[in-house]
Amino acid sequence: MALKTERIAEQLELFGCIQCGKCTGGCPVARKTVLNIRSMIYHMLVEPELDAVFFKAHQELWDCTCCFTCVERCPKDVRPADLIIELRGQMVESGRIPETIGAALMGVFRQGNPTGIAREDRAAWTNGVNGVNGCGRAKVKVKAAQEGCEVLYFVGCSPAYDPRVQVVTRALVRAFAAAGLDFGTLGTEESCCGNEVRRMGEVGLFEMLVEENGELFRGVGASRLVTTSPHCFNTFKNEYGLDGIEVLHYTQLVAELIEQGQLEFSAPPLPPPAAGGGGGGGGVEKMVTYHDPCFLGKQNHIFDEPRAILKAIPGVKLVEMDRSRERSLCCEGGGGRMWAEGTNLEERLAFQRVHEAAETGAEILAVACPFCLLTLEDAVKVQGLDDRLQVMDIMELVDLALTKHGLGELTDQIPG
Amino acid sequence: MEPQPRIGVYICHCGTNIAANVDVEQVAEFAAILPGVVVARDYLYMCSDPGQALIQQDIEEQGLNRVVVASCSPRMHEPTFRAAAQQTGLNPYLVEMANIREQCSWVHTDREGATEKAKLLVASVVAKAALLEPLEEREVEVTPGAVVIGGGVAGIIAALDVASAGFPVYLVEKSDHLGGRVADLNRTFPTLESVAELLGPLVERVQAHPNVTIFLKTQVTGVEGYVGNFEVAVDSRRVNEERVNEEGGMSSSTYSSSTSSTLAVGSIIVATGYDVFDPHRKPELGYGQYPNVITSLEMERRLAAGDLTGFPKPVRSVVFIQCVGSRDVQLGNPYCSRVCCMYTAKQSRLVRELLPEADVTVFFMDVRAFGKGAEEFYDEVRAKGVLYRRGSISEIIRRGDRVVLIGEDTLLGRPIDFEADLVVLAVGMEPRSDVSDLSTLLKLPRSSDGFFLELHPKLRPVDTAVDGVFLAGCCQGPKDITDTVAQAKAAASSALIPLLRGTVPVESATAVVDEEWCAGCGMCVEVCPYGAPALDPFWGVSRINAVLCKGCGACATTCPSKAIRLQHFTPEQIMAQVDALVGG
Repeated sequence: MALKTERIAEQLELFGCIQCGKCTGGCPVARKTVLNIRSMIYHMLVEPELDAVFFKAHQELWDCTCCFTCVERCPKDVRPADLIIELRGQMVESGRIPETIGAALMGVFRQGNPTGIAREDRAAWTNGVNGVNGCGRAKVKVKAAQEGCEVLYFVGCSPAYDPRVQVVTRALVRAFAAAGLDFGTLGTEESCCGNEVRRMGEVGLFEMLVEENGELFRGVGASRLVTTSPHCFNTFKNEYGLDGIEVLHYTQLVAELIEQGQLEFSAPPLPPPAAGGGGGGGGVEKMVTYHDPCFLGKQNHIFDEPRAILKAIPGVKLVEMDRSRERSLCCEGGGGRMWAEGTNLEERLAFQRVHEAAETGAEILAVACPFCLLTLEDAVKVQGLDDRLQVMDIMELVDLALTKHGLGELTDQIPG
Repeated sequence: MEPQPRIGVYICHCGTNIAANVDVEQVAEFAAILPGVVVARDYLYMCSDPGQALIQQDIEEQGLNRVVVASCSPRMHEPTFRAAAQQTGLNPYLVEMANIREQCSWVHTDREGATEKAKLLVASVVAKAALLEPLEEREVEVTPGAVVIGGGVAGIIAALDVASAGFPVYLVEKSDHLGGRVADLNRTFPTLESVAELLGPLVERVQAHPNVTIFLKTQVTGVEGYVGNFEVAVDSRRVNEERVNEEGGMSSSTYSSSTSSTLAVGSIIVATGYDVFDPHRKPELGYGQYPNVITSLEMERRLAAGDLTGFPKPVRSVVFIQCVGSRDVQLGNPYCSRVCCMYTAKQSRLVRELLPEADVTVFFMDVRAFGKGAEEFYDEVRAKGVLYRRGSISEIIRRGDRVVLIGEDTLLGRPIDFEADLVVLAVGMEPRSDVSDLSTLLKLPRSSDGFFLELHPKLRPVDTAVDGVFLAGCCQGPKDITDTVAQAKAAASSALIPLLRGTVPVESATAVVDEEWCAGCGMCVEVCPYGAPALDPFWGVSRINAVLCKGCGACATTCPSKAIRLQHFTPEQIMAQVDALVGG
């Protein structure tokens, strides 16, 4: 396999690069592996072709999390991460890819999700949505979107299958129900969004997903499409071409529901916060810091809505980490990294991140992305911070607050 | 009765520019038998002196009353051939050009096809030439004097030059002082002169000049007229300094009264300067968040006071970051601000003197030391121990009382974390945020970077699309004091041309209204970009100010009753051209 560089350099407009180093300088992964995207671009400009030896020698191409800091920072509008995706595509085509990446792609192809769990189980998360003991007033019904609905809720793979993330999914639909939202899901017909598939370089499979999912969405006829994950949100919004359908991340929709008064945390008089917080009823008496997911913040500039939700929850005191918003540190869960460890297994950005969160004095590290939830929660445990820091999705906090006011139903076990 | 047209046609070889791709002899032979043509010739360079003499000789000896030159674009040599005709007594508007270079020989490789196309182009121009009408060349009187908008270094220099030539100058400044942004600076590069010593005498000279009237806290609110006769409306706001804010006990300024006046002048010089880039727009650099991240302008004030204390830690490591807000396509500032490399060199050297124990590092993408003495100064700064490292810092984060610069040293080829006590962001220049106000008032076009557009980047750097309006200083694009002064003096010299001549020529190929046909609908008033037509309130018809009219023809094509006729481009002339082209 010998790859002619000129065509790719032209197609990705790499000639604009002035080798200033802002991309590699800002790359969180470059600090722990030999990945150097600036140097990679230079190779593309000066070497006539890249051979199999080159690709074999540059396994760090699989280290990129596609956080797109490089794309955000480039002063010349070059998109360095696109080159990594392109080069991964070359490796996918030649079949020289890490085994776990291959398995994830195969899972998507066969079962519509990267874990390869059976398609029929995709709606299993709805079990227990109304609570294990059946208590509570408002019964939550997750209807099939095909029956017609205003908002199509795209659950996503991790939120549908991963037991930890399912908690968030159920919290989200309870909030939708509490707000009286007319929503529906695609049930077992839902397939992977393909955001990570594309970033792993499998363009053909991605295009197939775009076509099939796009057709399904249009068939439902909903005017709005909301996702659990910023990753699904990103590809639907920026890569699917879903004209006429407004694509939202759940933080946008929930912030809107709160602002319009459809979702209210009607606070009863607050008792003084109990030790450890949260247990005394009334509000969620916690100090919370928020971690901006790359696909929501850096890539789609949604910084304020997640914070607006947190600020609306009675009792929550929001504190910021030094690296927040545009400077949020990637958790290393994107770009296929959920299924590939990369070349440096010892150092994890998530470890650094949870220490940064702990330094703020926050008891809760709030996230708005399934991957961030999993990577950061794992890091908290490994780093021995679990006695002082708990990782929770924003929706879990919302659910907690709604339950306390009798509007929702706290049925899932909140960890910690 | 009109005399029969006697047309001479002249086909230019333009060396080989045309002749290589067009058979010029064949075109001349073809032209010779066109209706009305008396003589047709080809020649190596028609624009040369012998070439022009050839035309003049034919006019005189063969009694030509029309001349067609087939050569380059009329933008290039139409004035040349018009002048040549005029010398023989032929009205210059009886000369017409066919562009067989830019629109033919340069863009085609098929010689046969290009020759056929050249014939058609010549035939169409000959057809038009037969219908040409002589037009009267006119001049208008000039109001002596100039308005200079902006009281920075550019405005002061321009005002002094025009005033010293003996004309009244009105220097209009928005703020309450003269000197502009330069007044915020400490020392100049590369000579390290004191700005106060440079600027002080300059301001005093302009204040003392008997021909200069200075308006402070004054804005231009309207511009009427045309080259030679502008009326510039200005509004002065007097600031009442006495009022005291009751709650805070702080003195505050409020606008209490305003006076308006109208200044009649022949020329206008725009010297409105620039805005400093606001680094809040690069949130990853932590400006406004960390007290030890400052802008280069803040550093100027610090250096002027000789004080680098008051930061979270005693300053042991100072870092300068270049190109903040410049050369950045994403921000919409693709240009180089041209001063940051050198002022950073200057500041870093001054810091070395002030804090000999501190490390001084400059992170750069490219160093541009292009002025006189600039490269030598850059050499000197490095010799003094300022360390230059290549790499553009990607973000800044906090570590205790210090900050950490996160980037890549591209020459080492590896990411670095660089701790510093003080970071200086070398912020660039931007068009003023209110630039569109003046752009609208003066109808001044702007280039894609947002700064005012000069008429030609090389040959007419201070002229604008509006005759009589000239540019000086950073309103046209980022530049240092040296270049600003040079441009200000150029603008003053250009602005003096109409003032010294006393009259200005005006375009003769203008639009005229046939009042019998005009319905007074006013569509011409709406479409005219120059404000030339106006509806006569009494007669209800359109009248076109021939001095404002540039002959663009927008009104003539818009007029629903065809009452407007653009001279030199009449419907008959255009139709004759079209017929010749399509064989009608």
